[in-house]
Amino acid sequence: MIQSAGVASERRRVVVTGMGIVSPLGLGLEHNWSRLVAGENGFGRISSFDPSDLPAHVAGEVPAGPTGTGGLTLSDWVPVKDQKKMDRFIHLGMVAATEAVEDSGWKPQTEEERCRTGVMIGSGIGGLQTIYDASITVHEGRARRLSPFFIPSALINLVSGHVSIKYGFKGPNHSVVTACATGVHAIGDASRLIMLGDADVMVAGGAEAAVCALGIAGFSSARALSTAFNDTPEKASRPWDRDRDGFVMGEGAGIVVLEEYEHAKARGAKIYGEVVGYGMSGDAYHITAPAEGHEGAYRAMQAAVRSAGIDVADIGYVNAHGTSTMADDLELEAVERLFGDAAGKVAMSSTKSAIGHLLGAAGAVEAIFSILAIRDNVAPPTLNLDNPSRDSAIDRVAHEAQRRKIDIALSNSFGFGGTNASIILRRV
Amino acid sequence: MSEIADKVKKIVVEHLGVEESKVTPEASFIDDLGADSLDTVELVMAFEEAFSVEIPEDAAEKIATVKDAIDYIEKQKAA
Repeated sequence: MIQSAGVASERRRVVVTGMGIVSPLGLGLEHNWSRLVAGENGFGRISSFDPSDLPAHVAGEVPAGPTGTGGLTLSDWVPVKDQKKMDRFIHLGMVAATEAVEDSGWKPQTEEERCRTGVMIGSGIGGLQTIYDASITVHEGRARRLSPFFIPSALINLVSGHVSIKYGFKGPNHSVVTACATGVHAIGDASRLIMLGDADVMVAGGAEAAVCALGIAGFSSARALSTAFNDTPEKASRPWDRDRDGFVMGEGAGIVVLEEYEHAKARGAKIYGEVVGYGMSGDAYHITAPAEGHEGAYRAMQAAVRSAGIDVADIGYVNAHGTSTMADDLELEAVERLFGDAAGKVAMSSTKSAIGHLLGAAGAVEAIFSILAIRDNVAPPTLNLDNPSRDSAIDRVAHEAQRRKIDIALSNSFGFGGTNASIILRRV
Repeated sequence: MSEIADKVKKIVVEHLGVEESKVTPEASFIDDLGADSLDTVELVMAFEEAFSVEIPEDAAEKIATVKDAIDYIEKQKAA
C-alpha cells in the first residue's frame, strides 16, 4: 500500500544506535526504563503554575535535581547564556539529543560524514509558554521590547537547528508537526531518508513542554484532560480502566540516533534494534475524535506490518497510544482486528499510565520503550488498570511488568486532525 | 567608574553570560564577548529599558564596545 515491492527489496536497512529520554520519570535512558518496569510513575500536582482555576490539576513534570540522579539541572546541558534563546521544549530536546548522540558514539570526522548526518526532531505544539509571555509583552504596549529570540525560541524546527549547530551535523535538517503522532512520524520519516540514501545517520524524535497555563487550559477546554483524580495524581492516568476520564499531560523528549545498518556495523556501533516497518494514515473524519473502530489506526498498523514484511503473529509487544480517554477501547478494537486469532499471544500496554501523554514527544519515547522491551524481553506495565471497561483476549499487562519473549514490537501514535502512525521495531 | 558604567557592565555580564573581568571598556561585544547579532539587539533593548533611553537603530549599529554603550548612554542622560 505504501511501498512497492521493488523499493522494499532494495532498501537500505536502518538500525537504532543511540537513545535518550527525559520524561516525568527523570533523565536518562536506563533511569527511565528501570523506574517504568518497576511500576513507578512521574505524576504530581502541577508546579510550573498554579492550576487552581482550571479543572485539571495533575501533570507529569520533569523533576529538577542534580545531574546523575535523574533530575534536571539545565545549566549542565545548555549554557546559561543560551537558555533564554530557547523555549523549554528545546531545552528538553537538547538534553535527550545529547544523551542519544553520546550514547551512539557517532562523531563524524570528515566534512562528508557531517553532510551525511541529519536531524529530524519535531514537537506537537512548540514554544507555547514563550508565545504566551511574548503576547503579554505586546498586549502591554511593549512590542518594541520583544526579545529578538522570541521567534527562534518558539519555532518547532529549532530543536533540529540547535542539535545540528551543537554537533556540526550538516545533513538533512527537518522537523515534524503532527500533534501527538509527531514522535513516530519523525522516527519513521527519518528512517525513510536513510533508506532512500539522503543520509547515513539521522538524529530523530520529539520534544514537548506544554505543561503551562495555556496548554492545560486549552486541553481542558477540549475536555481532553483527567479531572477526577486531582487529589490522587498517581491514579489519574488509567488506560482502558472503566474509571478513566481523560489524559494526563506530561512533558519531555525522546531522541534516537538512526543509522544505516552497514554504516553502524562498520564502526562497531552498539545496535539496539532495527526499524523494520512504518505505516501512516489519515482518518478524514473529525478534528479530535477517532473514526469508528479506529479504522485509521487499523490501516496505519496494517501498512506498517506490510512494509515490515512480517507476520502479525510474530509481534510480541504493542506499545499502545492508550491515552486514558474513551478512544482507548477503539484502539483496542483496531488492534484486535489486526491480530485476529493471534490476539491471545500478544502483550499490549500503555506506558502513558506512568509518564502521561507527552504529545509530540510521546511516540518517540514510546518507540524507545518498545526497543528496550525487545532488548530485555520485558513488557512494561499499564498502571491503574483495575477494572477494564471491557474484556479482551489481548493481555494489557495490568499493574506489573511481564517477562515475555519479544523479538518484534509495534508502537502506535495518533494525533488531532486524524493523523495516525505506527512503527515496527525488531531485534537485530 | 560611573554609576552608568557599573550598570552597563552588569547588564552585559547578565545577558552574555561572561565573566565580569572580561567586560573591559575596550571589549567588543561580538569579537571579545561572544555575542551574535541577535545578542546585540537584545543588549541594546536591555540598555533602553534599564536607563529609560531610546537608542535608534542607526545609533545602535555604532555601539560595538562596552565603552561605546557607556558613552552613548552618558551623553543621552546629560542632554
